[in-house]
Amino acid sequence: MDEEIRKVLAEHARLPVDVSEMSDRADLYQAGMTSHASVSVMLALEDAFDIEFPERMLRKSTFESIAAIRGALTELTSSGEKSG
Amino acid sequence: MSRLGYLGPLTAGSFDVGPARAHADLNTTTGREHSPAENTGPQRVRVGTDLVRVADVAASVEHFGDRYLKRLFTDHEVSCCRGGPATVAAGLAARFAAKEATIKVLQPRGAIPDWRSIEVRRDVHGRCDLLLSGSAARLAREAGITDTALSLSHEGAMAVAVVVALCGIPGAEVARNIADETR
Repeated sequence: MDEEIRKVLAEHARLPVDVSEMSDRADLYQAGMTSHASVSVMLALEDAFDIEFPERMLRKSTFESIAAIRGALTELTSSGEKSG
Repeated sequence: MSRLGYLGPLTAGSFDVGPARAHADLNTTTGREHSPAENTGPQRVRVGTDLVRVADVAASVEHFGDRYLKRLFTDHEVSCCRGGPATVAAGLAARFAAKEATIKVLQPRGAIPDWRSIEVRRDVHGRCDLLLSGSAARLAREAGITDTALSLSHEGAMAVAVVVALCGIPGAEVARNIADETR
């Protein structure tokens, strides 16, 4: 899962740093991810994991780090909240 | 809202002004709190701004297509952004900036409102205003927001939006652009 998350971030987060060198807990917004880039990351994650982020998860903290994204994806995939 | 004039630095935040002093103070304010005028309750003014790279929006339209458009924008907003890809992307970028500026004004403590519940409406004269519905309207009412004003601009690579909201005015009538979800 982490490898796929990092791949999505590398393609869509538009970070000025190398994602592969970021720690799981590094703050993606502080690293340069804009609010618009976080939307692209969200959509790309939905494509990659065949899920849909529900409105309750649409908050800045959901996408603030690789660990946070992994936590959200784990919750969604384990609860079976697949995209329609 | 137009009486407020120039609102100082383009930063998200809020500050208090006395109604009678609003115009004079806002011309020079740095966003710090002001004392309310005598014999009147304080007005709270919130300002939000956001800056978006047009190329980022163009790339997302290219990559995600309709799914991107339908997740973020209403049919009206999409219909207002016509022309070549660069023109479309600039219009959409300004509208996304308006949504993010509005979110800064609404200051949600939990989930952000559905982007489509913050709609940029353009009238026949080209004037743009906000229409808040659903979760955005609910947050606006919780914050006591009674009116909003919007300014959009795009130039070259960047698009920007500024949103101003009045709130916390006892007895003030809520503007029609903030939907009453209780009805």
